[in-house]
Amino acid sequence: MAATSQTATGAALSGWETVVGLEVHVELATDTKLFSAAPSRFGDEPNTNVTPVCLGLPGSLPVLNRRAVELAMAVGLALNCEIRPSVFHRKNYFYPDMPKDYQVSQYDQPICSDGWLDVPGGGRVGIERAHLEEDAGKTTHLGGADGRIHGAVGALVDYNRAGTPLLEIVSRPDIASAAEASAYVEELRAILLALGASDARLEEGSMRVDANISVRPAGSTDLRTRCEVKNLNSLRSLRNAIDYEAQRHIELYAAGDAPVQETRHWSEDGRTHSLRSKEEADDYRYFPEPDLVPLVPDDEWIAEVRAAMPELPASQRARLHECGADPDDAQVIVGRGLAPVVLGALEAGADAKRTVTHAVQNLALDGAELLGSDHLSSLVQMETSGQLTATQAKTVLGIMCERAAADTADPAAIAAELGFEAMDTAELESLVDQAIADNPEAWEKFCAGEAKVAGVFVGAVMKATRGQADGQAVTGLLAQRRDA
Amino acid sequence: MTSAHVIASEVRAGTRRATDVLEDFLGRIEAHDGDVHAFNTVSAEQARAAAAAIDAAVDEGRDPGPLAGVPVAFKDNLCTRGVATTCSSRMLEGWQPPYDATVVQAMTAAGAVMIGKTNLDEFAMGSSTEHSAFGPTRNPYDLTRVPGGSSGGSAAAVAAGFAPLALGSDTGGSIRQPASLCGIVGIKPTYGRVSRYGLVAFASSFDQIGPFATDVADAALALGVISGHDPVDSTSIPAAAPDFEAALARGVEGLRVGVVSELTGSRGNGAANGGPVLGDAAGEVLDGIDADVTERVLEAADALADAGATVGRVSVPAVTYGLTAYYLIAPAEASSNLARYDGTRYGLRVEGADVEEMNRLTRRAGFGDEVKARIMLGTFALSAGYYDAYYGKAQRVRMLTRRDFDAAYADFDVLLSPTSPCVAFRFGERADPMTMYRCDTCTIPSNLSGDPAMSVPFGTGAEDLPVGVQVMAPALGEEAMLTVAAALERAAPPLPKPPLARMSGSKGAGS
Repeated sequence: MAATSQTATGAALSGWETVVGLEVHVELATDTKLFSAAPSRFGDEPNTNVTPVCLGLPGSLPVLNRRAVELAMAVGLALNCEIRPSVFHRKNYFYPDMPKDYQVSQYDQPICSDGWLDVPGGGRVGIERAHLEEDAGKTTHLGGADGRIHGAVGALVDYNRAGTPLLEIVSRPDIASAAEASAYVEELRAILLALGASDARLEEGSMRVDANISVRPAGSTDLRTRCEVKNLNSLRSLRNAIDYEAQRHIELYAAGDAPVQETRHWSEDGRTHSLRSKEEADDYRYFPEPDLVPLVPDDEWIAEVRAAMPELPASQRARLHECGADPDDAQVIVGRGLAPVVLGALEAGADAKRTVTHAVQNLALDGAELLGSDHLSSLVQMETSGQLTATQAKTVLGIMCERAAADTADPAAIAAELGFEAMDTAELESLVDQAIADNPEAWEKFCAGEAKVAGVFVGAVMKATRGQADGQAVTGLLAQRRDA
Repeated sequence: MTSAHVIASEVRAGTRRATDVLEDFLGRIEAHDGDVHAFNTVSAEQARAAAAAIDAAVDEGRDPGPLAGVPVAFKDNLCTRGVATTCSSRMLEGWQPPYDATVVQAMTAAGAVMIGKTNLDEFAMGSSTEHSAFGPTRNPYDLTRVPGGSSGGSAAAVAAGFAPLALGSDTGGSIRQPASLCGIVGIKPTYGRVSRYGLVAFASSFDQIGPFATDVADAALALGVISGHDPVDSTSIPAAAPDFEAALARGVEGLRVGVVSELTGSRGNGAANGGPVLGDAAGEVLDGIDADVTERVLEAADALADAGATVGRVSVPAVTYGLTAYYLIAPAEASSNLARYDGTRYGLRVEGADVEEMNRLTRRAGFGDEVKARIMLGTFALSAGYYDAYYGKAQRVRMLTRRDFDAAYADFDVLLSPTSPCVAFRFGERADPMTMYRCDTCTIPSNLSGDPAMSVPFGTGAEDLPVGVQVMAPALGEEAMLTVAAALERAAPPLPKPPLARMSGSKGAGS
């Protein structure tokens, strides 16, 4: 990491380094809430997705959502954490949108602890813990400007969100720059998406990031006073807030002063503001939640969760890289959730360069992640076989994405609709037979089930036709010959 | 008085109408509850509809269940759909839950007819019902005396013949102690045996629901109905209820009965040390347990020995710390459980300039002094810097209590002690909080351990008032407990009926 902090204004203040730890809250993508059977769903009429438990009615009791635990374990395993027996505690404080006036949260015995995350283009960031807790409801202040508390004459509380499962992922203060913090959040988000653990949208609040920021003399290992910055609704806010706050600390130290430990609010005027400190210090009076029993996942359950995990972004990137994608392209493909489609197409024999180019340049489209890898592969082969020009391929691809959800995205059919012509079959058959005769070893492999070597024959036919042949027709003929 | 068993069998057989049974009891309530004040709400209309439905079922040849047509009173901290559930607090005055507690569902599904909601110490905090915001309940044996608490209304209702069965909750003795003071049977089951869903929480790790009845057989019948696993209570034990009634006929021959030395000293009135069976307690005996009570307990032990049980003394040292530990843990949990009464969502609201003031004014007006005292005590016990010294240490005492009970149960099948250290006392007599708290000295240890315990009447003490003997058993050991309780019931000297119960109600006056 750079031993010099680059501030938001671009002024280098040498001799200082930035130290950041992130607390990331994510809403887990469960059907029901953490402790009740109410739907965990947004956008409905206020106070309709509630049960006596969600409202904290007298006599109601919580029951832990198994799916939420499994998602938490999957995230923990993806972050190389240990999955340990855990206990829920009550965090006691009065707030109108907290139905019970306590929050049920894991405290000193979180379900996931001591892991790490390798940040692409950055270092390894330690994960201190990831723990489950319930979300609060949502308060709308009436009469104040923009629903804010200042000047409000009343408030309405919607408890639909109350009890939604949250996973709080706490990093160690291992992050050394705004860029690395941003990359950490992006990588974490990619993991959450790959696992289906959360939709992880920063702007919509299903992923919330708080940054603990401090600075220290370059080369030092001690930790100085940190400030916790909240209200970071985008990666840009996160980066700007870190730069701003680091410079503020540096200037304070330079002036012979020091920051005070406090919570600060990032506002879009590009500054952090001290939140008016409360008159009394917070004392949450944590104690073990007596309405729940300890959560003790056994090895068998952990193994089940691990076995059900899909391929993670780091592994997807590595495989894309092996197939020839450069790191930036691999990152874009993984970030868009296209890795399974792209890797599938490559396995089916599609040309790597063209496939990656399409994925990066032409697939920033809704529905792209729903494309079948066979369809993408066919399209690329149609293009490399010369049946489609690059422009035509792009057009077909666009229509494929529109139709991906309906599973009617066959590129050959779309190409036919658009009037793109294929070669004469008899001519093609003789060229295919010639190619087989010219490449007996490859043919043996192909017949043994190695689909990838189809490229050898496709390539030969393409060469002979100067790219005019229909690659898909060639693969079709190859299969015919093999199965005959 | 007619027992639940008799009523249910007659109603099931079609020889008696549930509606007639109900009107008899409503008549008694109408005639005498003005004196006793067992009820916060008498749900006569709902009860008449429910009883009519039971009769209709019988007419159609369907079996309404083992409690067919049996009127039952529910402590007013058990949620009843559409019927006010107040916890005897201004805070919840008039609050109607949108759902039934699991035990309420279970009782009505078995054919029981809810007759009303009974008075209690506010939020179940107390041992006399003097802390009810709606005025105290009086003991049917002597209207100048308390019925015990906190389930005093349920105990008095059964003792007065207002209902053959009632349910209460027991956090530190709130079923057993009033049962003892009112001369009836009360059971606190194993923690987790009965679902707490719909019981308004006082101290969640202790609260347990159980039945009141005039005899052991009725109590066992009701216990069977409300026991069993409930998926909406995470602390519910996944075990089916055994046949509790079958345990009643078993003899005590061969059962090992231990008399807890710390709770049962020597015989009173200068009798020779050691009775026919037991010698004096060795070691520490807790102060404040009246001699008349101790004497009945030792006589009960003698009776069990006569019936063939092996009786001996046993020391359970940790019980001497029970009260202290309980009065840290229970208020700690209560301080959190009662936070939700903040004026925002339900119950009382006193408006203020802002949310904080609204919270403050609501809680100031809504809670009585005893509740406020316990919230403050609990808040303090959980505070940063004090947690380890108070809450943490109390939890260690709790573990110690379990360990000491486990050791005792290695040698004995059941344990015996007084239920209450004294017979029913007069209003105001135990106004000092510590004196009041000591009412639960003998009952609290079973709440700390989570084990089952019950009170069964065994003769009378001072002023001819009832004395209850406590029978304790290891977790899920209700059957042996009931076997011993039934034997004690058979051996007990006859108990005079409360004067109220001897009077008949004016029939049909409940409308």
